[in-house]
Amino acid sequence: MKVAEIVKAIEGEILTPPAVDVDLDRAFAADLMSDILVFAQPKMLMITGLTNPQTIRTAEMSDMPVILFVRGKRPSEALVRMAEEIGIGLLLSPYTMYETCGLLYDAGLPGMGKLPIVQQS
Amino acid sequence: MTQQFSLFARMGKDLPASVLQELMFELRVSRVMTSTPITISSQQLMEDVKTLMRDHRFSGIPVVDDGELVGIVSVQDLIHAFEEQALDAPVQRFMTPRDRLITVMVEEPVFEALKRLEQTGVGRLLVLDAERHLVGMLTKGDIVAGLLHALEAAYHREEELERQRHPRRFFEALVSDETSLVMRYRVRANDFASGGRASAQLKQALLQMGAAPQLARRVAIATYEAEINLIIHTLDGGYIVAEIRPERIIVVAHDMGPGIANVELARKVGYSTASPLAREMGFGAGMGLTNIERCTDELNIWSAVGVGTRVEMIFNVTEDGAKAPVEHS
Repeated sequence: MKVAEIVKAIEGEILTPPAVDVDLDRAFAADLMSDILVFAQPKMLMITGLTNPQTIRTAEMSDMPVILFVRGKRPSEALVRMAEEIGIGLLLSPYTMYETCGLLYDAGLPGMGKLPIVQQS
Repeated sequence: MTQQFSLFARMGKDLPASVLQELMFELRVSRVMTSTPITISSQQLMEDVKTLMRDHRFSGIPVVDDGELVGIVSVQDLIHAFEEQALDAPVQRFMTPRDRLITVMVEEPVFEALKRLEQTGVGRLLVLDAERHLVGMLTKGDIVAGLLHALEAAYHREEELERQRHPRRFFEALVSDETSLVMRYRVRANDFASGGRASAQLKQALLQMGAAPQLARRVAIATYEAEINLIIHTLDGGYIVAEIRPERIIVVAHDMGPGIANVELARKVGYSTASPLAREMGFGAGMGLTNIERCTDELNIWSAVGVGTRVEMIFNVTEDGAKAPVEHS
């Protein structure tokens, strides 16, 4: 799914486009960067409510080309410039995380699918 | 010549024909022509032409009167003068006059010059500047030499890029019993704003050295988690030291405390002692060490309370960058 289609589906806006107009093939939503780092793949859209530098760094380390910030939370100018320099696209959604994900899933952007249940003990 | 042929043989494999075509459009006549050629005046004798041609092995000499190009005299013209036994006649009588000269402008591409040489069948082109003054001469030989020179430059550029893409070759160029590159980064405690700087720079360096993207990503993610740990947990920050070897990359994150009381417990999924600030930044959910373990081929942790912690992450260099534990001594 191209950035233009994503923005249309969520009635959002582009803060800075990615360096390459990549065709994103899945999405992952979390506020926990460590979780994102576990599942990150190239061509995966990051959906998050955090607007600090670590989101950009996380995307940079794991080759994620686009970050979508939810519930209309606009990142600082410095953050947008940082993303621009690295070539990571930033998008803004007026909807909450839950609704943003729902709209994109409905528009045909899949997630990770079923994962094995891990015992945390 | 032998050297030039071997050059072509080398380039035949690496440089496609399109490179040669591109060069012929890119290269300007000014770059390959013979500048300030020896000239003769129209009132000098054919005898002088004979001397100049014999001494300099010229096959054509531009005729210039008072700085103005008025013609060219060639070997053919000299033969005519011999036939008519008129070596004492002025150049003017045998030369090709100005209105029949085949010329090329100094800033035209070499391709145009070559086309003109082919179409007219002449041996040389007179090179003119914008004011139509003679500035040089151009033969097929000049073009071949110029193209060879440019191709060699292009080949060296290509080789340089190739060197940057392949770390193994980069290392092969450095002779020692064991060669490695060490990169050191200082990480400050609680400095969330710069968190990831070291990992980003290390990742960039690895990509520049030609590491497979997947390898660069594995190293970056593990180093990033370790870097965040230094920011979150340490008293005075610490260092990240990356040693890059041809066959493996070893990244060590070390600090001077406080140290981990129970390393086994710290390695468990979900265990964390992180501050609320760290959690606000999206970390501190007890995933860090698990994630590092997932990315590394080998993970060693030493820690002592009151002394410090040393996290050693080892990544084997593989063709596709995927995790592939191999035996090493």
